[in-house]
Amino acid sequence: MSSIAVIDYGMGNLHSVAKALEHVQPGVEVLVTADPQQVREADRVLLPGVGAIRDCMAEIRRLGVDAEVAEAIRSGKPFLGICVGFQALMSFSEENGGVECLNEYEGRVNFFGDNLKDQQGERLKVPHMGWNQVEQTVDHPLWQGIDNGSRFYFVHSYYVRVNNPALVAGTCEYGVPFDVALAQNNVFAVQFHPEKSQKAGLQLLQNFLNWDGKR
Amino acid sequence: MALAKRIIPCLDVENGRVVKGVKFLDIRDAGDPVEIARRYEQQGADEITFLDITASHEGRDTTVQTVERMAAEVFIPLTVGGGIRTCEDIRRMLNAGADKVSINTAAVFNPEFVREAAERFGSQCIVVAIDAKQVSGPGEEPRWEIFTHGGRKATGIDVVEWARKMVDLGAGEILLTSMDQDGMKSGFDLGLTRAVSEAVPVPVIASGGVGTLDHLVDGVVAGKADAVLAASIFHFNEYTIPQAKQYMRDRGVEVRL
Repeated sequence: MSSIAVIDYGMGNLHSVAKALEHVQPGVEVLVTADPQQVREADRVLLPGVGAIRDCMAEIRRLGVDAEVAEAIRSGKPFLGICVGFQALMSFSEENGGVECLNEYEGRVNFFGDNLKDQQGERLKVPHMGWNQVEQTVDHPLWQGIDNGSRFYFVHSYYVRVNNPALVAGTCEYGVPFDVALAQNNVFAVQFHPEKSQKAGLQLLQNFLNWDGKR
Repeated sequence: MALAKRIIPCLDVENGRVVKGVKFLDIRDAGDPVEIARRYEQQGADEITFLDITASHEGRDTTVQTVERMAAEVFIPLTVGGGIRTCEDIRRMLNAGADKVSINTAAVFNPEFVREAAERFGSQCIVVAIDAKQVSGPGEEPRWEIFTHGGRKATGIDVVEWARKMVDLGAGEILLTSMDQDGMKSGFDLGLTRAVSEAVPVPVIASGGVGTLDHLVDGVVAGKADAVLAASIFHFNEYTIPQAKQYMRDRGVEVRL
């Protein structure tokens, strides 16, 4: 039976994602850990995250999670980033007055803004909270069995723009178009919360557990 | 493509059992909150709100266990409210698997608690619940005040100002209940809902008064709410969640079907 390391850097509730993984694949070994040895030995790695980026990045660096993430990405084993765990992979976030991130992928994390409006000119609330439609921009094993345009659960005030369009795997729109999924080699990262997105989200987690890390 | 308006069934739970009655036609154990939450999730509810009305400390442990069980089986966001007074209360609920906590009375007595909670756990999981009653007379400019103790005690605090203050302190969402309309089944207080929704940048959940599907539509269209919360119309099988969503979609409201 395969094992998955859910990297615990002290931010937020990892119970949900662990429970969702155990639900989609009973018997899967889920290790909620920051121990480099455990992360290295796991078959798959998941980088979750909620909360403010400054605190997240501070803990990521303090615990040496930055090196673990870099190693996992280069190891070729399946890697999934969720929410702040997606944002942290970018170069820079403008949250908390500007924070340097892991720079695994060139791109920026921007604020939705105080004057966000939809196409009809109606004001949009921030955070972007709730179920929005995701446009799948590439074929990918992690989208398997999920209809294009399916709704996923989001909660965030900052959004990702990936510099290289070839890395974008999914997009969404909330006042502005933005990138909600990134795919390269063995890495997949999403802005939404698959563990809270019912059928579509559980399917994505199931796909991740079945994935060999290749396109 | 647009963000869907959310429909949120609310469960009142005491000592691990749903109270106020839930009468699904074909459910075996009407009192188990986990079974009921799972049913709502399968019907397409967008979130679940779990209001803990347990008084005793022993009962609180039961609540934590119920939240744990629910989080292991229900994969949509879960908000837990009722009796959240300290950061330790919040930590326990989040560790048990809640995604958000709703702070009500404790915010009124100690607004700084909201700031402390948002700084420690992030605004995305801090909901401030507001119980409002209209205090203006007929013909006057409408005005609402915060009430505590289940709507019995006035505080003199203006609801719109309070909502703004809570958001400034870090609340990520407002759960707004009209004490005038609660249980009346005659619809939300739309003036109140709209006033608060337009005053704050964060999402507002309208609560209190749903009796028909038109009330849900009114809450988001006239009231400008981002989400609507209801209990009895779903618990008593008057309407299912798919019926409610289809009805809203037919009237131009964006929903997740």
